Amino acid sequence: MIPTVAVTGTAPLTGVVAALLSGVGPASVEQLLATSANSPLPPLLVAVPLLVSIATLAVGYRFDRAAWSIAAIGAVLQVAIAGTLAWRVVTAGRVIHVLGGFVPPFGIVLVVDGLSALVALLIAVVTVGVLVYLRQAGPRGLGTTGDVFNMYVFLEITGLAAYALVASGDSGLAAVAALKYLMLGTVGASLFLLGVGYALIATGTLTMADLAVRLAEVGYQSTPVRAAFAFMTVGLGVKIALFPLHTWQPDAYSASPDGVSAFISALVSTVSAYALVRVVYSVFTVEFFAANPLARDLLLYGAALSVIAGSTLAVTQREVKRTLAYSSVSQFGLVAVGFALTNRAGLVGGIIHLLGHAVMKGSLFLAVGIIAIRTDARTIEEYAGLARRVPVASAAFAVLAFAMIGVPPAVGFVGKWYILLGAVEAGEPVVALVVVASTLLTLAYFARLIERMYFSPVTDSTGPAGTVADGGESSAGRDGRESESAVADGGSAGTDAATVDRNAEDTRDTRNDSDVEADTSAGADTDGDAGSAELDPVTDDPSGREVTAGMTAVVVLAAIVAVALGLLATELEALLRPTLEVLLS
Amino acid sequence: MSAVTDLLLTRYNYLAVVVLSGIGMYMMIENRNLVKKVIGMNVFQTAIFLFFITTAYVEGGAPAILESGGGGGGGPYVSPLPQVLILTAIVVGVSLTAVALALIVRIYAEYGTLDEEALREVTGE
Repeated sequence: MIPTVAVTGTAPLTGVVAALLSGVGPASVEQLLATSANSPLPPLLVAVPLLVSIATLAVGYRFDRAAWSIAAIGAVLQVAIAGTLAWRVVTAGRVIHVLGGFVPPFGIVLVVDGLSALVALLIAVVTVGVLVYLRQAGPRGLGTTGDVFNMYVFLEITGLAAYALVASGDSGLAAVAALKYLMLGTVGASLFLLGVGYALIATGTLTMADLAVRLAEVGYQSTPVRAAFAFMTVGLGVKIALFPLHTWQPDAYSASPDGVSAFISALVSTVSAYALVRVVYSVFTVEFFAANPLARDLLLYGAALSVIAGSTLAVTQREVKRTLAYSSVSQFGLVAVGFALTNRAGLVGGIIHLLGHAVMKGSLFLAVGIIAIRTDARTIEEYAGLARRVPVASAAFAVLAFAMIGVPPAVGFVGKWYILLGAVEAGEPVVALVVVASTLLTLAYFARLIERMYFSPVTDSTGPAGTVADGGESSAGRDGRESESAVADGGSAGTDAATVDRNAEDTRDTRNDSDVEADTSAGADTDGDAGSAELDPVTDDPSGREVTAGMTAVVVLAAIVAVALGLLATELEALLRPTLEVLLS
Repeated sequence: MSAVTDLLLTRYNYLAVVVLSGIGMYMMIENRNLVKKVIGMNVFQTAIFLFFITTAYVEGGAPAILESGGGGGGGPYVSPLPQVLILTAIVVGVSLTAVALALIVRIYAEYGTLDEEALREVTGE
């Protein structure tokens, strides 16, 4: 029964999330229609997951085992559609679909540009990953709406699916956390709706492309326009879980099943952050910030506060999943900082960090899940000596943690680097400092974990983990030691990167190289370990679940992807370039 | 004084929106009973629905329906768009309420209380 519930819970999310894949630049509607290729694919991106979720539910009632297969087929189909769309966007530019033949601004139009295609692909791929991990649930989805009201509806549907997912946890705590999430999420979405209402009053339209033009005509200084912006950003802030609107998030993440934590941490907040980009850049445009510097400053410094507060709270947590949850508050703060900088580097950094965070945080939760099944360890104390008992998951966890901290060449570094660059370009020294400090704080909470895993003696006296001469351990361990004993060092290195742009070019290159080596070796070792993992004495698993090879493979693969994405960052930027031009114009 | 009376007489619908959303928000924050919190959430949403509907109203406006052959009211028309939107939003709101109540049933089955404070004690938060 649980698989069925999980599948039904997750499936709508795909469709729901899908609906958000909207991307209209501040071009007028006519321009949009004239310059984009029409295609039947975007609505399929929304419809397929919804249909599959119903099919999963229907079949799941009779045949418990078939449900997973159907969800898997749907997920693969979703990847195929998202991939095809992404390819078309790259080769031929924006793709749109006018729903039901009602021409906008009267009808609803789905728009896929570079950014939306990327987010759609991310959702589809993460879904497949989580599906393989769970062999139980089936979510995926990405959508595309060019209409702000549709955005509200899709936000709420995403929310509904997420609430149900959180509640699928076994304990009553899950229900309490889900209710809290539901209340706050609803208030957030309602505030967003209120903002849409103000925009409607000011302009009489809801299509993003049309709104961008008409808002400019009304004047960015007018009260309804400002009110619309304020309500929409605060509403989305709740959904993204920016400090101090984050209170639902740690409970929701820590009370839900591990696969679900991974899924919602990777996708739900990400989609809301995507909505924020759309609202800020496609609806209000950069000129709105130019006309209202206060709005920009509030968003920028609010996000910066979120970075610091999230990290600080993460350091004080005892439970690993809560640490990861608060870490998300801080990382999304960083993403929002990137968006609020409104320059090219900041935006690129924000988008890359958004995608990178989804991969890293999602897989960190999956790794935590594997560790919990194997050893029942959930608190930081219990993580002592884990590297020996669960080598593969620990190694993957360490690699992902370093990626999150921002050790080059992983994707975490690239995102933070661009955001930092953007902050410096925008002449915001305080924000630049916050970005650097956040790296230190991230180091603080992950170093603590990694130190426990690799250097603390095992609590049940299996022997000190440090004696194991495993390549993965020693390379990750080297870094771990460094981070543990030399926080000050890390700090100065970060500051270097921030301030010494030009003349440290050489040093940085050298550092980069050595880090590439370290990371590759860690990756290789992880692979090597994969075989031996099966031989490890598996601790009797308390929940009756077993770690399958597929689960381990997903986590290891994600760790490799997190590093590879960093190396591919330049290609990623090239892919986004046409979209960025439109967004920043 | 006359400004206030003026406001009360001509803008009472917006005042109702503000009051309703305030009541709803206060209930969600202050009330210890989970079901009443959900009711507060509904009141808050209703305030926003009212806001949309009230903006669409035009004094003496006709429904925006054209009959074949060009018959039908002839302006001014009431704006139909917000009403359509709110119809959708109400549906969303109903499903949210349903999920919230389902969760509350489960919480009650598990802990035997709907009181927030008691719940906090039981769950050890």
